[in-house]
This record gives sequence, C-alpha cells and structure tokens, in this order.
Amino acid sequence: MKKTYYDPADLAKFGDIAEYQKPLADSFFKYYGEVFQDGALSKREKSLIALAVAHAIQCPYCIDAYTTDGLEKGASEEQMMEAVHVAAAIRGGASLVHATQMMSKVDEVSM
Amino acid sequence: MTSLKKQGNQLASSAFQLEVLKTLPSGTPSFATTLSNHEISSISPLETKILQLNLGYMCNQTCKHCHVDAGPDRKEIMTREVMNDVLSVLREHSFQTLDLTGGAPEMNPDFRWFVEQASQLVPHIIVRCNLTIINANPKYYDLPEFFKQHNINVVSSLPFYQKKRTDRQRGNGVFDRSIDALQRLNGVGYGTNDSNLQLDLVYNPMGAFLPGDQATLEQDFKKELQETFDISFNNLLVITNLPISRFLEFLLASGNYDTYMTKLVQAFNPAAAAGVMCRDTLSVGWDGALYDCDFNQMLELPVATTSSRNIRDFDAEALLNRRIVTANHCYGCTAGAGSSCGGQTA
Ligand code: SF4
Ligand code: SF4
Repeated sequence: MKKTYYDPADLAKFGDIAEYQKPLADSFFKYYGEVFQDGALSKREKSLIALAVAHAIQCPYCIDAYTTDGLEKGASEEQMMEAVHVAAAIRGGASLVHATQMMSKVDEVSM
Repeated sequence: MTSLKKQGNQLASSAFQLEVLKTLPSGTPSFATTLSNHEISSISPLETKILQLNLGYMCNQTCKHCHVDAGPDRKEIMTREVMNDVLSVLREHSFQTLDLTGGAPEMNPDFRWFVEQASQLVPHIIVRCNLTIINANPKYYDLPEFFKQHNINVVSSLPFYQKKRTDRQRGNGVFDRSIDALQRLNGVGYGTNDSNLQLDLVYNPMGAFLPGDQATLEQDFKKELQETFDISFNNLLVITNLPISRFLEFLLASGNYDTYMTKLVQAFNPAAAAGVMCRDTLSVGWDGALYDCDFNQMLELPVATTSSRNIRDFDAEALLNRRIVTANHCYGCTAGAGSSCGGQTA
C-alpha cells in the first residue's frame, strides 16, 4: 500500500478496474461514455454537473478530470465556480433542512 | 517578458526542442509508429494551394504560448529581395491563398508595398493580425482601411471572450486593446453582415488542455462579443497548441509536459491526420527557406527536397514529390478534431 490514499497517476489507471471484473467494467464504461454525449443537455452542461457532483462527493480524481474537461468544453471560470456553489448550496441546504427534524423533536419532547 | 532567444534559454534552440520532443511518457509510441499502426505510411503532399509567408519574428506582443518565440527583441525580418522572389513565384504559379504571418507581419517595413504587389497576383490574401498592432502606434491606425482597400481576410487571435483569460496568455491590457481593434475593424465593415470583408478569430486553449468543439465555441464567442461589446465576426478557427517553443517551455516549467503529450497521443485521429495542413500549404521563412509548415520552420526542419529549398528555387514538381517531415510535435495537428491554421480539420 502506498503512503498516501490518492495519487494523480491513478486517474489514468481507471480503466484497469477491468482486470478484476471485465464485463461489469465494460458495461460501466460504455454507459459512462453514453451519459456524457450531447442529448437533452449539452456536453458542457453535463461536464459542469459532473464538476459540481465531484465537489459534493469530494472526489479528487473527478475534480481533476472535470476541471480540465470544463476548460476543454469552453466553460468560463465563473461557470465552473457557480457549479461548485450549486453543490455547496445543496450540501449546506441538506444539512439545514434537517433542522426542521431537530425542531420537531424539540417540540415533541418539550412541555 | 522577453523571447526565449533573448533570455538565452536552451529551448530557443530548435535542436534542443527536438531532443525534448523525442522523449515521450513511457509506453507512448512516437508519431511515426502511430502513423504506421494506423497503416498510414507517410503524410503525402498535394498540390500547394496556400503559400504562407513569415514576414519576420518581430512582434509588439510576447504571448506566453507563442510558437514563433516572437517579440519586440526579435530582428529576423523578410527583406524586399526575398519578397521579390515570392512575387516572381506568384507570377508563374497560381495559388488560392497567400497567408501572411509573423510575428506581427505589419511591422515589416515593406509590408504595405508587398501587399499592394501581391494583391494583383493572388485572389485571396490572409493577414494574421494580432489586433493590438492596430492601436499600438499612430502609424498603424489606418490598417483597417488598408486591409479593406486590398480586400484582406483578417485572421486574429482572441483566446477567450473574457479579459482575465486573454490577458493571462497574451499580456496585461491585450484584451481591452483587442476589443478596441475589433471595433475599429467592424467600423470599416469587417465581419459585418452587410459586407464581404472577412474577419475570423482564432481560439486556442490557455493552457495544457485540448480545445473544445469549434461550432460550440463559435456560438459562445459570437453571443458574448455581440452582447458585451457589440462586436461581430465571421468564423472562429479553433487551434490546438503545439508543444514547441514557448508553449513547450510552459509545459516543462509547469510539469504538464507528460500529461499534455499523453492527451495528444490518446486523442490521435486518423481523419485529422488525413487533413493536416502541410499537405496543401507551404511555409516560407523570413529568409526565403521553404518548410512543410510554420511549426517545422520554427524547428528548423526544412522541406525534404534537394532542389527546391528556397522560394527562389521554387519547383512545384519537386515539392509535390517530397516526403513531409514529421516528428512528435505533429501530434498537435492530429488530436481530436484536428488543428491547422484554418481551424479544426476533421
Ligand atoms: S502569438 Fe502572435 S501576437 Fe503573440 S507573440 Fe506570437 S506572433 Fe506575436
Ligand atoms: S506540425 Fe507541420 S508537418 Fe507536422 S502534421 Fe502539423 S502541419 Fe504537418
């Protein structure tokens, strides 16, 4: 085992997951490729969603990949930062909306 | 910022660049191997349609990515004698396009004289104008009028429709001055619906990544430039940065060389290889020497003929039978949707 959990060089080895289980890896990569094609959403919109999700799940590989991908797709710095703010707003909001549960519990146990 | 040459940087040497380019990340095939893996024996020339002249390496800008290593400190310049050799060739052979580049070609003292002569001999002339030359000095203020008078196709770099990214690549204040120059060009009719005066912009990525889709980027540029600055233009030409000269220096200094080369190699597209510009374009150096393209010129890789290595010895048949000289920098032309001075190729 390496001394650090994350190594940028591992990103390029993503495809190697097929060595242990090829059919599932093949299905996944085929599906993955199709997801990011132009559809009802453009490739760039999908790339910005991926960037936001990458920050929400805090995946350094995905942040690395979708920052470059956003630049390649012509996204501006402002667009990329707004995407991250969407992730932050949903994460923050998801915590805060649970406060209603806390408030209900306070009501429930209080005289 | 000064040129690599002025700094005495070893990357100013074309031999050193070629040495660096020989080393690819481990397991990465050379350009020649990739061609043969795709059963392409070599890239073969077609009849020359475009003659691209480098009028000199002098430039008022010193952009970070410049493949020419151009700048105010470069003194190499095409003389009138060489221009006369070019005019003789234009009189005897027909080309579709004469493409004038540099440096800033307008800084050549014989630029206007040459354009006046050449415009009588060739139907389409491109000037690769960096925009800021137009407002650099009062003696250039009338360039838009001069271009118009000679029906020049103006092709200008604008790496992004926003200031921050453009200035990072091309220097502080370049974006505002480019916008001013574009408005002046629009002012005389360039790039507008009611004229035939063609104004094309060139996009190149501002770092170690590949360019996106040309049509999508063109839409963005048109919308943003129109809405924010009331600027219009004809086409956006999307170009990949080739790993040579100052862009190569950036790749090495920033630790991006291996990743970028891997990206280019993985994106190799045989259709783009079939459409590389060196097939129908010939590059003429400031001293008249002939090259397969402007990049080979900067790497000092002359055309592979013995009889026609200078414009004064131009021999269409010998050139048609030559072998195009390729090396690993060529991966820049064959990645993804391809790249040429005319934009994406595949
Ligand atoms: S990229 Fe063009 S404008 Fe910039 S320094 Fe090079 S020749 Fe001059
Ligand atoms: S770098 Fe020059 S020689 Fe190589 S493929 Fe591109 S245009 Fe052709």
